[in-house]
Amino acid sequence: MSVAPQEATDGLVDTGQPVVEAVNITKRFGSTLALSEAGIVVRRGETHALVGRNGAGKSTLVSILTGLQAADAGTVTFDGRPSPPLADRDAWRKRVACVYQKSTIIGTLTVAENLFLNRHARGPAGLIRWSRLRREAEQLLAEWSVDVDVRQPASTLTVEQRQFVEIARALSFGARFIILDEPTAQLDGAGINRLFSRIRDLRAQGVTFLFISHHLQEIYEICDQVTVFRDARHIVTAPVAQLSRPALVAAMTGEDVTMPEADHRPLSADAPMLLSVRDLVTSSGAELSLQARAGEVVGIAGGGGSGKVEAAEAIVGLTRPVGGTVTVDGRVLRPGSVPDALDAGVGLVPQDRHREGLVPLLSIAENVTMTVPGRVGRHGLISPARRDALARDTIADLTIKAAGPYVPVSDLSGGNQQKVVMGRALASDPKLLVLITPTAGVDVRSKQTLLGVVEEVRRRGTTVLVVSDELDDLRICDRVLVMFQGRVVREMAHGWSDNDLVAAMEGVDLHHV
Amino acid sequence: MSETLSTTARPPAAPPSPPGTSSRSLAIARLRDLALVPAIIAVAIVGSIVNPVFLSADNIINVLQSMSEIAIVVLAQTIVLITGKMDLSLESTFGLAPGIAAWLIVDPALTRGLGLDLLPDAWAVPVVLLVGALVGAFNGLLIVRFGLNGFIVTLGMLIVLRGLLTGISGGQTFFALPESMTYLGSATWFGVPASIWLSLLLFAAGIVVLGYTRAGRALYAIGGNADAARAAGIRTDRVLWIALIVAGMLAALAGLLMSGRLAAVPAAQGNGAIFQVFAAAVIGGVSLNGGKGSVFGAFTGVLLLFMIINVLTLAGVPAQWTNFLNGTVILVALVVSRITGGRAQT
Repeated sequence: MSVAPQEATDGLVDTGQPVVEAVNITKRFGSTLALSEAGIVVRRGETHALVGRNGAGKSTLVSILTGLQAADAGTVTFDGRPSPPLADRDAWRKRVACVYQKSTIIGTLTVAENLFLNRHARGPAGLIRWSRLRREAEQLLAEWSVDVDVRQPASTLTVEQRQFVEIARALSFGARFIILDEPTAQLDGAGINRLFSRIRDLRAQGVTFLFISHHLQEIYEICDQVTVFRDARHIVTAPVAQLSRPALVAAMTGEDVTMPEADHRPLSADAPMLLSVRDLVTSSGAELSLQARAGEVVGIAGGGGSGKVEAAEAIVGLTRPVGGTVTVDGRVLRPGSVPDALDAGVGLVPQDRHREGLVPLLSIAENVTMTVPGRVGRHGLISPARRDALARDTIADLTIKAAGPYVPVSDLSGGNQQKVVMGRALASDPKLLVLITPTAGVDVRSKQTLLGVVEEVRRRGTTVLVVSDELDDLRICDRVLVMFQGRVVREMAHGWSDNDLVAAMEGVDLHHV
Repeated sequence: MSETLSTTARPPAAPPSPPGTSSRSLAIARLRDLALVPAIIAVAIVGSIVNPVFLSADNIINVLQSMSEIAIVVLAQTIVLITGKMDLSLESTFGLAPGIAAWLIVDPALTRGLGLDLLPDAWAVPVVLLVGALVGAFNGLLIVRFGLNGFIVTLGMLIVLRGLLTGISGGQTFFALPESMTYLGSATWFGVPASIWLSLLLFAAGIVVLGYTRAGRALYAIGGNADAARAAGIRTDRVLWIALIVAGMLAALAGLLMSGRLAAVPAAQGNGAIFQVFAAAVIGGVSLNGGKGSVFGAFTGVLLLFMIINVLTLAGVPAQWTNFLNGTVILVALVVSRITGGRAQT
């Protein structure tokens, strides 16, 4: 279904050998198929976008294109020549460079030294000549018009300057093909504009870019070609101008089918208002206001950087909001206080179960009852019998696969670990349950169980907030608030179409194109 | 999208760079190396007021000699710290290396049964350096090859090596050392003790190697961001291994100087010295998190520490209070260098 790439109308696109051509790439990690006979062709001088939802295989493709990993099957060619062996880093560096979200700059060294690390200018005795090194660094940055003092420590660079320095370093190795991995994620509007004008300038000088972004708007602004990956496969490659936004979103999400209406019980109209979030402002600047009834499931959707996680963490007291109030069942929560939130009946499944959700070496029983010492003890002493009884209930309720409550959580699979986190959130019979990306990295069966639990607790009158960008998580919600760049931009009632929701999360309005 | 198809080779108009604070941080970065110089001058002034003897040539040589052995261990520790690791076992190497040499060389007939008399006298220096290198290599095996935590590995080694020295010496002191062992620690070159020359030479070499060679800069790169260093083509494992071996050899040499000066190797030689070593390095601006610090800074750190101790001695502070004051000096020096250096000591 791929469309033959056409010459773009601007820029220096030639029709010779593609800068890079990856054909029939297959890559497995254990039992998961990260790439299945996928491929990409990037022509000289074009700016090529690679898009796809989480898990589509973009990052795997990048690591294969940059020689960090070998494909199980398939070939990669640069300018028509086969790729160098993995061990020959210098040869790879001459062909391709990637500017990752995570910095590969050493903050304690100066900018100049970072540019020429391990290839310092040396004098006769093999000693480094710092003055020449600095001059060369200044020349290099001037050549690509990066206005940065090379003598300053790299840790003082802004994200934007850091990206420019990394691009200049890549170019100095001779690479004229540069992969930008979500370069705009940490930039503000003005910074994005400067980055784009830089990309256009370099493009005019014959540099080819592969641009990875979650913001479709940016792709229409800067790219000539777009390649869509979905579920480890190549879906389509087309000139950006010929692919409408709805078509692009459809390619990312697959066929536009709405899930069959699973017995979704409408909320009873007389349910009392249980949660009220008023003018919440997080320290990162995200704003949220919402009200939810007892037994209502509200989704908060949004991409990375939308502020949805920050807002949720402020609601449960993990972070201290700058302003606003959270009221649960008539009680105003103390800002930034987890104990107060627990006391008011808030249960939480945090975003990162490894960091905030679990103590891996402790048993299931200890993890599940961590937030409710009062229920498993008497006179301040913990009763192991009561604790294990509570844990056995959780294991049965959530069908956790484990030999018993004594098993350390680190021995469980990802899905079962997440069930333990859910069990911990439920141990206090919460009035408000906040789930942040509850099914991330979890297999399908565990996903069903975890989402089934939501249906169960809502029947008991618990309000549930589902904070996620996974469509399956959001499908169980009565309504979904979509956040984009720190603001709620849409509210969608149950029964939304996948395309509408994805488009809203990506900041695109399908109905005004 | 821009329609301009530039024909000039280097067209881009420089985008405005966000306002930086570069000039300020630059000044700080440059002054960091010299951060302790005002403190050293202040101590010198106070010292000369307390006792005019302080600035006499004899006293200055006395200070330099008393610090020369520890200073070399500080140099060793600085090399390891800059890579982001630490080596506690240096203080035991400091005692064990000359101890083993003495054990193998000393004639038991002269020393009430201590020693084996296995090797000729001339082997003293090579044996000392070899022991240091072996200890460093073993640390490297556990830390680099097996990926064990450097703090715990070298803590274990500290205890093991100390125990080994106590074992071979029966808890006693090796004496009647051959001249090959005492020469470096007791000789005088051009009117100044050889150990001062040696420590100054080693520091000068350290400044050159860490400041002006790719290998030296690799230490900083690894300590700053090991993944980025690897991506830049630095053989991080090999460099770490060499750093640990060089550190072991430096500590062994320092131990030899100490033994030569005292003409003996007590079983407790170097015991507890590691705390002073760490203090001197950190006061001198070397970061415990790696990637930051300089050899010159470390030198000013150890110099400041020993000058203050000397001033206290000249002021007639009773010996029983020395440890209390040593600790206080370390804390005060940290606070002072925090203020003058402008940044937290980590």
